Amino acid sequence: MSLNTEAVAAPAPVNQPQPLRRRSTSFRDKWADSAFNIASVTILALSIVAVVYPLYFIVIASISDPNAVYEGNVWLFPSGVTLEGYQRILADSRIWNGLGNTVIYTVLGTAISVTTILFGAYALSRKDMPGRKFLMLLFVITMFFDGGLITKYLVVRDLGMLDTVWAVVLPGAVGVWNLIIARSFFENTIPGELREAAQMDGANDFTFFFKMVLPLSKPLIMLMIMVHVVAHWNSFFDALIFLNDDTKYPLQLVLRNILIQSDVSSAGTTGGDIESYAAAQRIGELTKYAMIVVSSLPLMIALPFMQKHFTKGTMIGAVKS
Amino acid sequence: MYGVQIAFRNYNPVDGFTGSPWVGLQHFIRFVNSYQFSQVVGNTLWIAVLGLLLAFPIPIILALLVNQLQSERFKKFTQTVLYSPAFISTVVVVGIMFVLLSPRSGLVNNAIQLAGGQPVFFMGSPEWFRPVYVISDVWQNAGFSMIVYLAALSGIDPALHDAAKVDGASKLQRIRHVDLPGIMPVITVLFILAIGNLLNVGFEKALLMQTNLNLPTSEIIQTYVYHAGLQQAQFSYSAAIGLFNSVLNLVLLLTFNWVARRANQATLW
Repeated sequence: MSLNTEAVAAPAPVNQPQPLRRRSTSFRDKWADSAFNIASVTILALSIVAVVYPLYFIVIASISDPNAVYEGNVWLFPSGVTLEGYQRILADSRIWNGLGNTVIYTVLGTAISVTTILFGAYALSRKDMPGRKFLMLLFVITMFFDGGLITKYLVVRDLGMLDTVWAVVLPGAVGVWNLIIARSFFENTIPGELREAAQMDGANDFTFFFKMVLPLSKPLIMLMIMVHVVAHWNSFFDALIFLNDDTKYPLQLVLRNILIQSDVSSAGTTGGDIESYAAAQRIGELTKYAMIVVSSLPLMIALPFMQKHFTKGTMIGAVKS
Repeated sequence: MYGVQIAFRNYNPVDGFTGSPWVGLQHFIRFVNSYQFSQVVGNTLWIAVLGLLLAFPIPIILALLVNQLQSERFKKFTQTVLYSPAFISTVVVVGIMFVLLSPRSGLVNNAIQLAGGQPVFFMGSPEWFRPVYVISDVWQNAGFSMIVYLAALSGIDPALHDAAKVDGASKLQRIRHVDLPGIMPVITVLFILAIGNLLNVGFEKALLMQTNLNLPTSEIIQTYVYHAGLQQAQFSYSAAIGLFNSVLNLVLLLTFNWVARRANQATLW
């Protein structure tokens, strides 16, 4: 947004030749503009409802009486408020265990990724680094062309990382897209003259990197931390293929097993609905709503804070190398 | 990448990557001739193309509309709201789909029944897999993709808009003649990137959405690789299929980059 302010201050193009038939804002044009405004606000309002309503519904359904939800009586307000779903979740050790694992994977994975990306991208941003173009080419190729799932699995297995924390945090630690964003950031914000000046004052590369580059790169570092925290918090696939031991499962994998797999297995047995089975089913549904809320809440609360960094990140990323 | 060679060998764990015998293109030929080939490749292309047709233009339209909003606060609000589903994990989004679309207690089916219709078992019917997949994708990601275009739009010189206003251009005309040309380079680059990843999209989600009942439409190349490779341990065969996918992707990317260059648009390199 700040980009606009300079340009606005620039003088209006006074010297431009006047258009031949300069139209005043006629009634017709005003009508076209207000029609446009109405249409656009309507479309956006509908989009907002389409995005928000499912989420809102999940929240009110999670605190409503399962029978009311089941019969379709919950539309705008919760009905027969109960916290049973949440109580059941809090008593479920799988959830706590998954949450603990997720926190470990997120902290460790983010630390590894951000460190390697900052070091790597800085090196790649230095014009005097030998083989810079070639290395970058190697990285970019992997963006579009990789060995695929099977070779990844075999490599991780042969390195003996199956069923360990490392299988979750090491493969894919360096995302090429993030590396490119970081490199562009360094190229654009750290002028070569600054390094020369630092060198004159006797700073070696390491001192320069830690004392000058990192403090100047706070927005980038924030962005990288955010991106990786969100990615690790939400990831399940690496854990799915590399982990067999369910005490190491991250939260998302636990969720998948409860939210999705249980539904699939119960879908096949619709034949003879016994009374107690139906009741269990309803409680199950209630727990699902509550579980969705609990697992998404941390990121949703952090969203307003994170958004600033992500928007900034898009701007950094938009600068072409 | 080094491990890709097993696609051309008969991999067995005892001999390792380099010790297993070479078999040339045998695995590729087996895949092309297998009865799943047309189904799996067809499903992949269907989802990819449908996704591209819907998911690519919608963020652009949203960005153009949001950019025209007068009130800064409403603009910020819209942006934040449309953007928020991107932070929900795929597992949770698919979980939401399962509970909302459930044939017995789901919100959508309650609404259908209220309107006098028959409940639909969305997640269990092959014909519903594609629409549900694509629509939920738009729901989750359109807001996030919109941000790039908004950034590009904010870079357009406001003097151009002022000049157009003086000439009596309506909002719609300004979108067509000022905004769209202004973000065309960004659109082209993102389009090429989207093409380059055409066949890689949504593997995780397709896997999550898969049920035994919707398999005829939900089995895509990548999920097939997962099933054949990791669950049935046919490492070489599925590595070959994965490689087939990657090569197809690369060809698409190079073709479209070439087309864009010929059309004098922005290119990736």
